[in-house]
Amino acid sequence: MLRKIAFGTVLGALGATTALAQGIDVKLGVLNDRSGVYADLSGEGSVVAARMAVEDFKAADKGLNVEIISADHQNKPDIGSNIARQWYDQDGVNAILDVPTSSVALAVADITAEKNGVLIDSGAGSTALTREQCRPTTIHWTYDTAALATGTGAAMTNAGGKKWFFLTADYAFGHSLEENTAAVVKENGGEVVGQVNVPFPAQDFSSFLLQAQGSGADVIGLANAGGDTVNAIKQASEFGITQAGQKLAALLFFVTDVHALGAQTAQGLSLTEAFYWDQNDGTREWSKRFFDTHGAQPTMVQAGVYSGTMAYLAAVEAVGSAEDGKAVAAKMKEMEFEDALFGKVKVRGDGRALHDMYLFEVKSPDQSEGEWDLYNEISKISGEEAFLPMLDECDFTKM
Amino acid sequence: MVPETTGMPKLHMAIFAILFVFLVALPFFVYPIFAMKVMCFALFAAALNLLLGFGGLLSFGHAAYFGGASYVAAHAAKVWGLTPELAVLCGTAAAAFLGLVIGSLAVRRQGIYFAMVTLAFAQMVYFLALQLPFTGGEDGIQSVPRNPLFGVFSMETNIPLYFFVLAVTFGGILFIYRIVHSPFGQVLKAIRENEPRAISLGYDVNRYKLMVFVLSATFAGLAGATKSQVFQLASLTDVHWSMSGEVVLMTLLGGMGTIFGPLAGAAIVVTMQNYLATFGAWVTVIQGVIFVLGVLLFREGLIGVLARWFKRPL
Amino acid sequence: MFELLGIPPQVLLGQLLLGLINGSFYAVLSLGLAVIFGLLNIINFAHGALYMMGAFVAWMLLNYLGIGYWWALILAPLITGAFGILLERTMLSRLYHLDHLYGLLLTFGLALIIQGLFRNYYGISGLPYRIPDLLSGGNNLGFMFLPNYRAWVVVASAAICFGTWFMIEKTRLGAYLRAATENPVLVGAFGINVPLLIMLTYGFGVALAGFAGVLAAPIYSVNPNMGADLIIVVFAVVVIGGMGSIMGAILTGYMLGLVEGLTRVFYPEGSAVVIFVIMAIVLLIKPEGLFGRAA
Repeated sequence: MLRKIAFGTVLGALGATTALAQGIDVKLGVLNDRSGVYADLSGEGSVVAARMAVEDFKAADKGLNVEIISADHQNKPDIGSNIARQWYDQDGVNAILDVPTSSVALAVADITAEKNGVLIDSGAGSTALTREQCRPTTIHWTYDTAALATGTGAAMTNAGGKKWFFLTADYAFGHSLEENTAAVVKENGGEVVGQVNVPFPAQDFSSFLLQAQGSGADVIGLANAGGDTVNAIKQASEFGITQAGQKLAALLFFVTDVHALGAQTAQGLSLTEAFYWDQNDGTREWSKRFFDTHGAQPTMVQAGVYSGTMAYLAAVEAVGSAEDGKAVAAKMKEMEFEDALFGKVKVRGDGRALHDMYLFEVKSPDQSEGEWDLYNEISKISGEEAFLPMLDECDFTKM
Repeated sequence: MVPETTGMPKLHMAIFAILFVFLVALPFFVYPIFAMKVMCFALFAAALNLLLGFGGLLSFGHAAYFGGASYVAAHAAKVWGLTPELAVLCGTAAAAFLGLVIGSLAVRRQGIYFAMVTLAFAQMVYFLALQLPFTGGEDGIQSVPRNPLFGVFSMETNIPLYFFVLAVTFGGILFIYRIVHSPFGQVLKAIRENEPRAISLGYDVNRYKLMVFVLSATFAGLAGATKSQVFQLASLTDVHWSMSGEVVLMTLLGGMGTIFGPLAGAAIVVTMQNYLATFGAWVTVIQGVIFVLGVLLFREGLIGVLARWFKRPL
Repeated sequence: MFELLGIPPQVLLGQLLLGLINGSFYAVLSLGLAVIFGLLNIINFAHGALYMMGAFVAWMLLNYLGIGYWWALILAPLITGAFGILLERTMLSRLYHLDHLYGLLLTFGLALIIQGLFRNYYGISGLPYRIPDLLSGGNNLGFMFLPNYRAWVVVASAAICFGTWFMIEKTRLGAYLRAATENPVLVGAFGINVPLLIMLTYGFGVALAGFAGVLAAPIYSVNPNMGADLIIVVFAVVVIGGMGSIMGAILTGYMLGLVEGLTRVFYPEGSAVVIFVIMAIVLLIKPEGLFGRAA
């Protein structure tokens, strides 16, 4: 191992030309949910995105032999960590991509640090990845619960939604999302009038929605994800809650969820995302290629896998080897990145990638010109504003 | 019928010996973590088989003991800083206690009702695992340290850990074998075959059932506690009802009431999950198909079929 | 605003009504399960998967063939029922001479297969199914806003439950059924085709699951996992009511809906587990179930 690291550093010093002559082997593992609740927002689409990144990076021309493998972690930390361990120990994987579901991501982050790989997480939301459980080899690319809270929470409070009631999915992710959002709401002069912990997963939200309605809140914050959020929104509309003037805040919601729900029911929802396919020519062009292979528009998680992979490959090229994960991660924190999907991205010392986040509103059916024409952009939030400030003990560039 | 109540038939001894040699060599050929996973599940399935195959009682809630023990062991190693053998011991003791509480209520019922009571209690354990402050909810208990064995031997690398796990699981399986072939095991068999007759012979049937239940829960706990040390993790997966279903699948596939069946079943199911992981939801479908075929065509299980061919109990 | 102890009566009333609506689903599903158990002695673990299938069939009828909700309400149960009959003929019928446990294991496997297949083809996000126009909107009852569709669910479920109960307890066909449950050999000797009766019963039980699925489609998103966790709850309902007791399954279904509704007000986190607590208590005190005959 030591020899390999030394070798890598020498190569890095010599620069890319030597690398080109040698050829650098890079093995990427896309580890995500391919059969469960997050399969549509990550799943095979993330693998497609990673492949597109390798193509667009022109890896072969630059002397990088990139191989991509993928597996299903079924949203279970034990399965995920088992696969990650095996990938590093046996299959020679250098970096793991995507990893939605916070519990799995945290487990994989630990193993990645232990095995000196790199985790470029796009799918998970927990802020713990770059805070309580920060690791030198973790890069958190796309979003986190704090950024979602800042986007949606602040916007809705400032728009007059002062009193909040939370429906919280009763597990770690839900509680952290609620906590982050409640903080933002209070910061902006709002108050939390009540909350209810909903068992996860739940089908029937009517009883909890009724409690929220009875609380007299302006905004009902949905601190849950996936099918739970979809059901809650549908039922809120069914029970006339939205029509009666209470607003819903879907704190974690993806374009595929909106698509599943339909513009009719989802119209008017505010949500925060890092990427939407119809933002500019660059995103449209890329998304069209993505759509042609995958048959659905990309989510921000899938776009994040693309963007993160591009950045990782650039860092590997600069270092000259993918063997030493710590070195590659450190290099990523020195460089600046720019791509068509996320624009300028800077990775902070704790591994948090800073880029713009956007507040969107779901179009009404008569505004929407197609199945996937779903969002209006309301505002842009800069990375510094959106994400929590860095903790000193997590700044690995100073160690 | 197996008349032996003392000693081990030569055939079984030979198989155990071959298995042991095979397992000692195994980590040098396959990925040790994978091999350890197989062994933990083999012990788990053997524990269930003790209850199902030899006691004739179907528990649909064995995940409670497996997962409960893994939580306690993980907590013991991480928060109390206990060495692996003590952590495993704590977990196993917790499972035994849980087995005693649930078992004493469940054995009063029979057949389907017994299965449902165990399921109901397992759901409650799941609920506790989700709600109690020390279990970490959805995240589970992560980053459990691999403390040195007896405070001396480092367990950081996979190979030493492997031999620890081998000793624990192999020991557990041999112990179960002893139980089955003891006078106690013979009484169990008598109860399974004909409960009224066993009662008329003066056996306190419920006491025997409770004993086998507690033993089975204890070994399931031993397996779960060991698994938490291997994966450095205790999670909700281990206490979910689908885990209870999975271990029944392993036992059924390998052969209920056989000695080696659960081991084979566990090896097959774990291997399948491991190598088919890339196929996503197809894993579920394939598992379902195996379940169905197992019930329709191979009710004796793989080892059961082999045993019939060789006309020897295996 | 939100009183901690003295929960306002109108909130309580609202929650009870919602509990009744949920209970309607439990009642129809547990009824199907109880009918099957009564005659076949099989615990149909695939019930949740077949319920999901009912919802999917309704969705497919609409999206592939343009057949709307009202026809789906009749066709989807028929189609799922036919599928059930196929399962019974090809697989379940081979297990009748064995322990009940094999039936449980077989249907457990079938549930895995059905759910896995739907997950492969339709993903997991769930597919939208619109409430029929006739039933959209709702009424303000004073204490809560009751969507028309939910009211319809209660009515439809009550009608189906009553109809089934009537058929089994009061008609000649029902009498054959009950007799065949007691003593299939004797009934067969009287010239009644018992295997046919069993086959139709299983088909009927499955059709009930399919019917519940269609009822659920417009409320919940149509999604391959919709029955996965429900099955365990419905199971518990049947056990509490008393295995094989038709009336027991129906009444317990409604009752547990109400209990669950109340739990959601007082201790929401516990609403997922309250049914199992009740089940354990009932089994220990009165193992044959609240309405069951002593075994």
